[in-house]
Amino acid sequence: MSKSFESVQEVRDGLKKVNYLANEGIAGVVYLAQRLGKPILVEGPAGTGKTQLAKSVAEMLNARLIRLQCYEGLDESKALYEWNYKKQLLRIQADKSSDSWSEVHDDIFSDEFLLTRPLLEAISSTDPVVLLIDEVDRVEIETEALLLEILSEYQVSIPELGTITAKQIPMVFLTSNNTRELSEALKRRCLFLHIDYPDMEREKEIVLTKVEGISENLADQIARIVRSIRQLDLKKAPSVSETLDWARTLILLGIDHIDAQEAKDTLHILLKYQTDIAKAAKELSVDK
Amino acid sequence: MPVLDLMSGFIVELRNAGLPVSLTENLDAMEAVKEIPLEDRQAFKYALGATLVKSQNHWRAFETIFEVYFSLRGPEYSIMQDGNENDEMWREQQDLQMQGEGKGQSGGSMDGLTPEEIAQMLMNALMNGDQAMMKALAKQSVQRFAGMEPGRPVGGTYYLYRTLRNLDLDNMLDKLMEASKQQAQEDLTKLEQRLEKDEYESRIEQFKQEVEAEIRRKLVADRGAEAMAKTLRKPLPEDVEFMHASRDEMQSLKKALQPLTRKLAARLARKRRHGRKGPLDFRNTVRHSLSYGGVPADPKFKYPRPAKPELMVVADISGSVAAFARFTLMLVYAIQGQFSKVRSFVFIDGIDEVTSYFKSTEDISEAIHRVNTEADVVWVDGHSDYGHAFEVFWERYGKDINSKTTILLLGDARNNYHATGSWVVKEMQKRGRHVYWLNPEPKSYWNTGDSVVGEYGSFTDGVYECRNLRQLEGFVEKLV
Repeated sequence: MSKSFESVQEVRDGLKKVNYLANEGIAGVVYLAQRLGKPILVEGPAGTGKTQLAKSVAEMLNARLIRLQCYEGLDESKALYEWNYKKQLLRIQADKSSDSWSEVHDDIFSDEFLLTRPLLEAISSTDPVVLLIDEVDRVEIETEALLLEILSEYQVSIPELGTITAKQIPMVFLTSNNTRELSEALKRRCLFLHIDYPDMEREKEIVLTKVEGISENLADQIARIVRSIRQLDLKKAPSVSETLDWARTLILLGIDHIDAQEAKDTLHILLKYQTDIAKAAKELSVDK
Repeated sequence: MPVLDLMSGFIVELRNAGLPVSLTENLDAMEAVKEIPLEDRQAFKYALGATLVKSQNHWRAFETIFEVYFSLRGPEYSIMQDGNENDEMWREQQDLQMQGEGKGQSGGSMDGLTPEEIAQMLMNALMNGDQAMMKALAKQSVQRFAGMEPGRPVGGTYYLYRTLRNLDLDNMLDKLMEASKQQAQEDLTKLEQRLEKDEYESRIEQFKQEVEAEIRRKLVADRGAEAMAKTLRKPLPEDVEFMHASRDEMQSLKKALQPLTRKLAARLARKRRHGRKGPLDFRNTVRHSLSYGGVPADPKFKYPRPAKPELMVVADISGSVAAFARFTLMLVYAIQGQFSKVRSFVFIDGIDEVTSYFKSTEDISEAIHRVNTEADVVWVDGHSDYGHAFEVFWERYGKDINSKTTILLLGDARNNYHATGSWVVKEMQKRGRHVYWLNPEPKSYWNTGDSVVGEYGSFTDGVYECRNLRQLEGFVEKLV
């Protein structure tokens, strides 16, 4: 990594510059991760800025973001590396006559025929990178093992080539929506960070920084209403991104002060289930 | 080095509370602590949290223990008010903070006030959200009202109760609402009122926590961290027993259920897709052979398409398993959200299908209410009669069981010495795919008294003890 952080406050200020408002916990863990050279496992409800955190850190560090989106059935040929079979085949067919077998063998298993996938790419890169392994809970527990070597040793072993060690230690973020319990081995190698819905003050600040042309008054009102709604027993509580969408909608509609009727008319931007909308409307006594 | 001693004691306590802290995590924590300035208590807390706690469910336990071991300590917290010993790690820090905020008054200058004045001050502080003042008042009221005596073996909740009773916080909310109404020039709309109320509620809650923390600090100063941590030890969410869960615990159980059923659904789906391979997929193979110059080097197979799993849940909701029944219904509701083909039945001595109650509403409490009031589950006297319930079940719904059906029976099998009707379970197993029994009773109680779980169990594919989330999760893992 090109430069290393001096204090938690520095991380916080840096993130703020790229429009990510971190609280003490988030900044603290990012700071530690960099100092200790450990990956961060970020967990929390959807839409609270887990992926955004990785992006913002990359932006702050001026690093390239390499993203590996996880899904069921992800395997090493898509995560780590793959041999370029077609090219190898061409190579063999190109000069059948001249070379001996051993030469060809050595030749086709060289860098030239290796297709790097995100994990290998993050390691072999010489410029600073931030590696984001998104929704790691979606891969099978067996595939998780693929990640272990890279997460603890920052290296990848390729049987035909040997071990490729990282030229510099990248910052690694893993995000999880907690659809299943991750293995102990994986958790042990990471720092754990839970990002929850922000408290009212922070949410208000987020709205103020992210939404252009919003008045302090409106942001305050938005944050308070959202907090009230989150206290209800809903199928899906509004996320930060939904709060922002709502704020932008209100700006577009030219609303400067939310009254009951307007709140009711725009609730469907915050909430995605009909029952939730009905409940919130009733609870906020806007359903007259 | 005192910090190191404190750390090892802290980690031992974490393990005692049930958190799985491994040796490497312990070392990581030590490493992490080196990287941060010690006087920054918040950073210290997150450094420990990030390295030692790897699950959100455990965060609360961690926080409590952290407060006990690394709370602000010093002479001003000693119950006798005469200690003048060494200063502690963060005390100076806190003093600085108080000065910085400027508004905070030290506890001493409040000693002369009457209880009424204190109540008035508290109300003002809550009204304006004055943090420093609220802290100072929390301190003052604990000193004044809690009546703490050194060495007295009383839990913190007792002191908390005494303090809060004297402050009359229950009426505080109404008073605050009233005052804010008078303050506002124009009438508040209903929406604004509601927002005001939420704001005050959260402030009062904050104040309560402050009082609680204050009491805890004093108790730690009196008894020492280890003893205090022991009294505060609570089961982790996954170890809370369904039968004896408090209301708060029930809430957190409900939250934990949702991901569990998602897991269950994901598990079933995955097994279906990644199972045995089907016959050769000719078209796909030819398509892929093009990359190898027409050589079919990589044969592709069709995936088998087994039918979707069907689930039948039959649950006992009689009095003996009342607490469990509520949980059962929540489980049924959560399962129904994940699977398309779920049918649910409840019984006491009669049996009724309740699938539609859960289908028609998204609101779980309404569904449970409807089940409890509308379902026709009483046949004679409203005491469990598994035999009769099962017989009626077989008569009415038995024909709907087919080779794809998995049947889940939930109950303690306490049959009041009626006929067991276990032949029904035998038939179920013959006709259905699997039959499982979940019993909320501890294993040692099985087959004692009127429990006949053994007789049913011999006809099922497995009887599982299911007293807490950990066991339920274990069952889900085994299920597929």
